[in-house]
Parts: sequence; structure tokens; C-alpha cells
Amino acid sequence: MDHQYEKNFMAIPDSVILVTLIGATNWGVGFLTTVAIFAIVALALNLQWGYTGIFNFGVVAFFMIGAYTSALLTLPPPSKFESHILGLELPVLIGWFSAALAGGLLALVIGLPTLRLRRDFLAIATIGVATIIRSIANTTEGFVNRGSGLNGIPRFLDNFTNASDYKWVLLVIMIVMLSAVYFGLQRVTAAPWGRVLRAIRDNEETAMAAGKHTVSFRMQAFVLGGAIMGLAGALWAHRTGSISPTAFNDLFGTFVIWTMVMVGGSGNNKGAVIGALAVGFFWFGTPLIQEDLPDILGTRVFQLRELTVGLLIVLFLLFQPHGLIREKPQVSRFITKRKNMYQQLD
Amino acid sequence: MTALLSVNDVSTGYVGLEIVHKISIQVDKGEIVTIIGPNGAGKSTLLKAIAGVLTKFEGTVILNQQNVTKLSASNMVIAGASFVPQTDNIFPSLSIKENLEMGGFLRNSGINERIKEVLSMFPELEKRPNEKAGNLSGGQRQALAISRALMLDPVLLMLDEPTAALSPALREEIFDRIDTIRESGVAILMVEQNAKEALLRSDRGYVLVAGESVLEQTGPELVANPDVGRLFLGAERNQQTDNEGN
Amino acid sequence: MDILQLLIIGTIVGSIIGLGAMGLTLSYGVMKFANFAHGDFMTLGMFLAYVVISDLGWGTSPIGNFSFGFGLIPAIILAILGVGCFAIITDHFVHRHLRLRGSGIITMAIASLGIGIMLRAVIQMIWGPTAFRFTTGINTALTLPGDLKIKPDQIFICALTLLCTIGLYLLLYRTQLGKAMRATSDNSELASIAGIDTDRIRMATWGISGGLTAIAGIMLAMQSQLRFDTGFTFLLPMFAAVILGGIGNPWGALLGGLIVGITQELSTEWINPGFKPGVPFVLLIVMLLFRPRGIFGSSI
Repeated sequence: MDHQYEKNFMAIPDSVILVTLIGATNWGVGFLTTVAIFAIVALALNLQWGYTGIFNFGVVAFFMIGAYTSALLTLPPPSKFESHILGLELPVLIGWFSAALAGGLLALVIGLPTLRLRRDFLAIATIGVATIIRSIANTTEGFVNRGSGLNGIPRFLDNFTNASDYKWVLLVIMIVMLSAVYFGLQRVTAAPWGRVLRAIRDNEETAMAAGKHTVSFRMQAFVLGGAIMGLAGALWAHRTGSISPTAFNDLFGTFVIWTMVMVGGSGNNKGAVIGALAVGFFWFGTPLIQEDLPDILGTRVFQLRELTVGLLIVLFLLFQPHGLIREKPQVSRFITKRKNMYQQLD
Repeated sequence: MTALLSVNDVSTGYVGLEIVHKISIQVDKGEIVTIIGPNGAGKSTLLKAIAGVLTKFEGTVILNQQNVTKLSASNMVIAGASFVPQTDNIFPSLSIKENLEMGGFLRNSGINERIKEVLSMFPELEKRPNEKAGNLSGGQRQALAISRALMLDPVLLMLDEPTAALSPALREEIFDRIDTIRESGVAILMVEQNAKEALLRSDRGYVLVAGESVLEQTGPELVANPDVGRLFLGAERNQQTDNEGN
Repeated sequence: MDILQLLIIGTIVGSIIGLGAMGLTLSYGVMKFANFAHGDFMTLGMFLAYVVISDLGWGTSPIGNFSFGFGLIPAIILAILGVGCFAIITDHFVHRHLRLRGSGIITMAIASLGIGIMLRAVIQMIWGPTAFRFTTGINTALTLPGDLKIKPDQIFICALTLLCTIGLYLLLYRTQLGKAMRATSDNSELASIAGIDTDRIRMATWGISGGLTAIAGIMLAMQSQLRFDTGFTFLLPMFAAVILGGIGNPWGALLGGLIVGITQELSTEWINPGFKPGVPFVLLIVMLLFRPRGIFGSSI
């Protein structure tokens, strides 16, 4: 066996190995860049869902609005073949900042009518927001170039290196952004503010009884999360260079992110990043092995990974509800308060 | 004589929080037994556990010589013990008649006859069987809830604060009906805030403090007991005036 | 287009939304959680009927002026049974466990989303991403006074909705099972205290909810076409109808469906039809702002 293996191995010319290695590196760099963006979205959803219990089923809407905002601000004015508003050629950083602003604003607009209602109403409303934003982008004449999308979105810091090395620059940028978001969120969630959010998530009545304006705290988490999602959308737009409405579908932009948070373990930031890595590896990795799979599976690989995403959600809810990484129990004064509440119920 | 209901060393509460510790009580056939105690003593929790709404951490419950410790709420009704919760004890979007039909859901026959029998005790419900239960007043709701619990001819009726938030006149009326029900041979186990009135009509009473049973005496004895009077019955007078508005 | 003509189309689309929403609101009321797989249940119904109508070669000779033959009857029956059973089975394997564990309605809603994603993927795996039609024939429209047009199939859709509504009314108000469903929807803890086996009531509710959804799916496929994501895109109008009518209230859901359908169609008189998918959302937000418990109030 060993001998044969060696023979086969030897038969492969060096150049092929080299090409494969380069291919693997390229893929790895691209993969990590993408996953870093997704991890930022997962962290934002984790702030909303994991820490605060906000049921956002329209993640892709925030992501999309960020992507379009930044693209429209940084693109040159439309050519005669395109028709979109703005095109101000502003610096990319201003685009990113505005994208976060747009995401936060969208959260504010959706949150105002829904955050004080039953929690599942927000989920229904947010699914609707994604639909409506897509249909606006697709339909409105002279707004965002409709179905053809926006192309040639400028890159950030691409004048330092040649084109083939830019991927490394991009990777570093994304990792820096991810770290910034991660440590920022670690700070705020460990602070008293984060403890209030968890108290609201676990028992709204108790938190309310303790004198916290729960709606306003939930709104703050929703808006901050929305802003981070908007920022991630901008990062995405400047990474791919072109965006169109159909690319922002619910599955890729919302449900995959949910799966990342559920798999990683909601309520802790480390879990969100690890979930993004694991689910991202699966999601972006499966198309690569398409050719190696038997035909019956290979031709259906996209549906299979979709099926797996659904299955992961259900299986984790049933058998591993705390995800791969369990939230650290935080002893807070609300817990003791809650116990007193129970006794008074009697 | 063996007891109709005997609760032996039952502990119960909510997940991770034991509220009632090793309580034992008994109800004999045709008896009215009242459990009194301060707020938070675990009275309602105990009743819910006996009725199968909450699980028991330990102890046994015997009804009619049958071990019913592990029965679910819906099976307790079949075993002969009906429970009336303190609040949310009617189906608001169903009519009076439909509420009673739900009470008799497990009856194979004679449902309409039983509805007539039960309603004959509460003339104000009898008059308008198709009224939506959600439109009823507090006293009428309580009457309907008790009627619903009687639909399956129980041997034991468990009432959780049946007269809470009712005016003195309505309270009197509900207590009179409870007497009528007892006369028909149904034993009654109730938790009461309006302790004095309840105890005066009870054969026996238990005092529950902080999840432990501290005293068991006949109803009139408990009313006469100076400790009980000072701790629960006196304090209760203020509460009554508070409730007057309802 | 003529406003009256839009009103007719709106009524037809509204009937379909309303029928699907009645199924959705029933499960919402009894189970207490929003079933995000409801749209995909609808798609399942469409494709099950499609199997009977085209793949098995039935229903080729049309009845009268309709576009379908008698094959539609076994198709409807298979779809009702199939979707009903699927709903019961998923509840048995997923939601029942979560209920026993005491999970909240949000956890159950997320689980339903996972089930919906899986179902959608499997349907796409079997039938691919292309759109199908039940029949290739042309359903000639009848001309009403005032040059209004309506197809025989569309009359059938309205009639079937009416029939289902009457059937549901009789079930909920005239049978013990239906009353027990309403009781469980009102207060499931009290229902079990009264001796009702609420697990069985939940099963029956899933069956009926799935059946109604299947019929709505077939009607939708008849009116337009069927694709693996047709039902999912129909989820928002159905939820809007449910919230408009008050959760748990089937008549409210039907009326809500008609309101959504008619508003959607009428809107095309003034705005680009491309914005049509946004109309249910706007109605939903307006409703949440001013009357979050629905027109008739909700049971939960």
C-alpha cells in the first residue's frame, strides 16, 4: 500500500504540486477574507440575538443597505450605460462610516414600531424589510442601477501593492476590522450595559421591575448591531467590487448567519467567530469538492449545503442548544431578583 | 377510615427552585379542607403540584387508594380530582356552554344533562348559555370556572383562592355554592386568602409558612387560635378593604 | 387597468392569501409560535398536486371551461394528506421535544425556519429551480358586464375558498374537536387541566393547518405557477394577513388576506408593479403601529 502510494505521489510532477499549493493558498486567503466579513455579521447578530434576544430575520437587509450606501458614495458618477444616484467618489473610509450609519438608521426605523411588541413580530417585519429593500433596488428607475447592479466599486488601499499581492492587504484589513469589532463588543458586553441586555433577554419583566427601560436598551443593541451589519456590507461591497440585488438573498445573507450563531453558541462573542469559521468553511468549501462527489450529489451540491444549513439549525436546537461554546453563566443581581419574583408569584 | 386524598412528604417548586418542602396533608370524603398562610408560603404551588400542573420533586399523592403522583394534569381529572386555578380559569373566547362542554370533554354521554345540573347552581349563568365567557364579570367567571370543574363528576375539587378579588357579597355567594357542592358529596381542598370566612366553613385547616406545614387544626380552632388570628386573620382585614374596590 | 378589474384580481389573490393565512393563524394560535415553514408547506402542497396532475398523467381532459380535469380531486386529497402528515411528523420530531423542554416560542420559530430551509432544499433537489404550470392549456376568460374579465379557474378558486371557510367554521364551532382546538388556543394549560389531551389537539391542528395550506398552494399554482420558492415568497403576505386579522382568529385572517390581496393589486394602478411585494410589508407596519393586536383582537 505504502509503496504504491509513494509511486503515485512520485508520478505527480513538481509543477502540479506547486500550482495546487498556490491554488490552495489563494483559496485560503480568499476564504479567510470572506469569513472575516461573515464573522463580523455573526458578531452583530450575536449582540442582537445572543445578548439581547432580538429576533432579527432580516440581517441581509442591513448588510445590503451598507453595501449600497458605501458603493454609491465611493463610486464615480454613473456612465451613460448606468443609472444610479450619487457617485461622489468619496474616500472609501467615509463610505464605510456612512454604511454603518445607514445600517443603524434602518434598525432605528424598523425598531420603532416593532421593538415594543411581541418578539416574533420583529422577525416577521424584518423578513419583510429584506423583501422590500430588494424590490426597491430592483424596481426603482435611476436609483441603484436596478438588476444590473453597481460595478467597479473602488478598493481600499490598493495603490500600495500590485494586483496579485492585494489579496494579502485585503485579508489584513478584514482581520483588523474583525478584531476591532470583536474587542469592541467584548468590552461593551462585559460592561454593565451588557449585563442589562442579558437581564432583558432572560426576563424582561424582572429587568423592567428593576427600573430599566427595556425598550430603549433593546433599541440600542438593535441599532448598534444594525450599524455593524451595515459596515460588514460595505466591506463586502469593496471586496467583491460589484453588487446586485439578487446576490443579497435571505439564505446567504440571513439564515447562514443565523446558523453560524446557533452553531457557535449564542451569547458569547468567541462562539460567533468560531461558528462563522466552521459554517463558513462548510458553506464556501462544499462547492470546491463538487467534482469529487458522485454525480447524484455533485449536481445537487448547492441544495445539499442548503439542506445542511437547515439541518444544523434544527439539530443544534435539539441536541446542543448552547452551541459549540457555551455562554459563561454571569451571576448578576438580576438573578437573585428573579428568584424573589418567583416566590412572590405564589 | 382511609383518606380520600393523602399527600405525603411532597416537595415541589419551579426548575432549580424548591418552594414547598415535604408537606403532608389529608382530605377525607365529603370534607372541606383549607390551606392558609402568608404570601409566598407556597400554598398555590402545592395545589398546582397535587393537580399535576407542576411536577413533584419528591413524595407521593394517593387519591382513592390509587397512586396519582406521576399523573399529568389531564389524567388527574380522569382520576377524579378537578382543579380550578386562581386566574385564567375560563376560556374567554368560548361561550358559557362551550366552556362547560370542554369541562366535560372526556364524558361519553349525558353531557347536556350534566350541564343543566351544574348550571342549576348558578342561575345567572343558566340564563345566557351562549354569552362569551370573556364578557363575564369576576364573580361569574369564578362560578363558570367552578362549574367547568364539576363537569366530570369529580370526587375532589381543588380551588385556588376562589374568592380573591371578589366583593364581600359575591364572596359569600361563592362560599355558599362551595357548601352546596360539598353537600352533594364532593370533597373540597382550597387555598384561601379570605382565611377567616373560609376556615369557619372548613372541617379542617392547614397553616403553611415558608413552604412548611406548621399547624393542622379544625377550622373553628384555627380561627380561635390567637397566633393564627394575629398573624393571618388580623392582617387580612386590611386586605379586604383593599379588595372592596374590585 | 380598470379599478374594478383590479378588484376582481385582488379578490382572487386575496382568497389565496386568506386561505393560507387561516392555516397559519390556526397553528399560531394553538402552538403559540410563528411557523416560518408555512410557506414551504404551501410549496410542498403544490408539488404533491403537480405529481398527480402531470407526472401521473391524470387530469388531462378538462371539465367544462376549467383548465383542469377530474385529476384535480385526487391531487387535492394527496396534497392535503401529504402536507398535514408532514406538519404532524415535524412537530413530533422537533417541536414536541422543544415543548417538553420548556423552550420558548422564539426557539420553536427558529426551528420552524430550519425545517422550512430543509424542505425548500429538498423540493429544489427533486424538481430543480425551474417554474412549472399545472396545465399548458389556455383558460379562456369569461367577459362580465362592463368588459370585466374573469377566468373559470378563478371562479373556482373563490368558490373553493368559500367552501373551506364554511367547512372550517363548522369544524371550529360545531364539533368537540374544533371547540377543543379553540380552547387550547385560548389557554392550553387550562385545557389540559380540563382533561383535554392537548398533544392530540396539536396534532389535529397541524393536520388542518397543513391541509388548508396545501389547498391554498394548489390555488396559487393554478393562478400563477409553481417553483421551489413560490410558497416562501408568499410567507410575508400571509403573515401580514394573520396580524391584520389578529393572531388565532381565522375569520380575521381571511379578511386580512382579502385586504392584502386587494391592496396589492390596486396599488399597481398608482405605483410600479415591481413594488407589489412591498405592499404587504407596508400594511404590516401600519398595523403594528396602530393596532398590533389586529382588527378583531388576537387570542394570544
